[in-house]
Amino acid sequence: MAESTELKTGVVADPKKPAEKEPLFGKKEKILITDPLLDNNPITIQVLGVCSALAVTSLVYPSLVMAVAVIFVTGMSSFATSLMRNIIPKAVRLIVQLVIIATLVTLVNEALKVLAFPVYKQLSVYIGLIITNCIVMGRLEAFAMANKPWRALLDGIGNGLGYGLILVAVGVVRELFGKGSLFAGSPIAMNIIGPSNDTTQYWINTAADSGFGTYFSWYANNNLMVLPAAAMFVIAVFIWVQRSYNTKLVDAS
Amino acid sequence: MNTKYIYTFGLIMTVVVALALAGFRTLTADAAARNEDIFNKREILATVAEPLAEAGMPIGDLTDADVLRIFDEQVEQLVVNSAGEPVTDADFASIDLAKEYKKPEAQRIYPVNIFDLDGDKYYVFSVRGNGLWDAIWGNIALASDLNTVTGASFDHAGETPGLGAEIKDNAGWKSQFEGKKIYDGDQFVSIIVRKGGAVDMEHEVDGLSGATVTGDGVTKMLYNGLKAYQPYIDEQRAGGETTSMNLK
Repeated sequence: MAESTELKTGVVADPKKPAEKEPLFGKKEKILITDPLLDNNPITIQVLGVCSALAVTSLVYPSLVMAVAVIFVTGMSSFATSLMRNIIPKAVRLIVQLVIIATLVTLVNEALKVLAFPVYKQLSVYIGLIITNCIVMGRLEAFAMANKPWRALLDGIGNGLGYGLILVAVGVVRELFGKGSLFAGSPIAMNIIGPSNDTTQYWINTAADSGFGTYFSWYANNNLMVLPAAAMFVIAVFIWVQRSYNTKLVDAS
Repeated sequence: MNTKYIYTFGLIMTVVVALALAGFRTLTADAAARNEDIFNKREILATVAEPLAEAGMPIGDLTDADVLRIFDEQVEQLVVNSAGEPVTDADFASIDLAKEYKKPEAQRIYPVNIFDLDGDKYYVFSVRGNGLWDAIWGNIALASDLNTVTGASFDHAGETPGLGAEIKDNAGWKSQFEGKKIYDGDQFVSIIVRKGGAVDMEHEVDGLSGATVTGDGVTKMLYNGLKAYQPYIDEQRAGGETTSMNLK
């Protein structure tokens, strides 16, 4: 019974209904979203989901799309798992979690085929990667199995955002220095730097032979940044910077 | 938590999930198939994007209906066998190159899309091969001299995004194929993806950094794929000089 009221308030999100003991989006809930962005980031602190962060970040646009897809899957699977947490047999809970994740991912896959086939083609590889993304199952096991649906949903979204933040940041570094472009291959005209699919005028263009863009033509693309290994040390630098700013995170030993 | 409960839970969960997914799939299958058909036709038109743009139809501006109309009105879909002869009793839409390549060579059939733009003919050939992780495939268009490439489009099942997947995503790389020649005199050379940069500008394109194996896969795919069409291409080339009626 407690669950059904929780679900209702979670979906309707009516702030004028003070019947709950705790506010719907209070301090505790806010922490669920903001904490994974920095102090408990799934990639740099929990070190989950690094595999896909290495694989997809050579361009910004796919990183962004992957981030959005993962936010959806972490949020929805946390929510679904939390709803079922009291009836899932403990002995097979990992399998059940996996089924929930796989079902959601398959649904997204099929829906994309109908709604946006070019995006589906663009994503085909990443969608499979989401199922194996450690963050999703990690959060289900660590949080959703022990918390109410609304909070689980927020935690899932928060961790998805934290993952996406790092993913896009790594993507920006790698694409900018590796290919001299930003948002290459994006169907939307977000092409900020360098050659891409269409003839949009770029703000900065390392390949330009006239105009403002020529100020950047001295830059030679660094092929090392294109290789997956680059993601490894870019993430390592992020971890380093983050820990030197926030010494709480440094392991005392 | 007893075993019976676990079994019951597992059974119910499996059935519910299976029915939900199967139902969803069945409902959306038609729309998905239509989208895929249009997507593939767009990929074919992408190989003749240059002449299309010159004719005032940039490929980016074509709606789905435009694509289907062009295929109805301007594209002749022909099936040829490995001897280069047209096959009349084969269903064009059902040709699966992956299956054809597994057959003995004499039994294989291949699709040819002949795009007619105000009398100029462009021949679009479909090829298939292997990248680093999985299958790659593509279309390559030849102008009416059946030697000069007007464009190429590629797709892949599982190449690494940003590396091998660039064969599909990197428009700049694909545009290198424009104007290349697949024949050197009468000698068939295909087009080679050269690691480190093209040397022979007539027949080679630059490789992609970090995607040497995929690039080699494209080289091999183009060679084998175009080789398979060679009897047809040779016949059409010869037919241009005399008349194709005489040869029959």
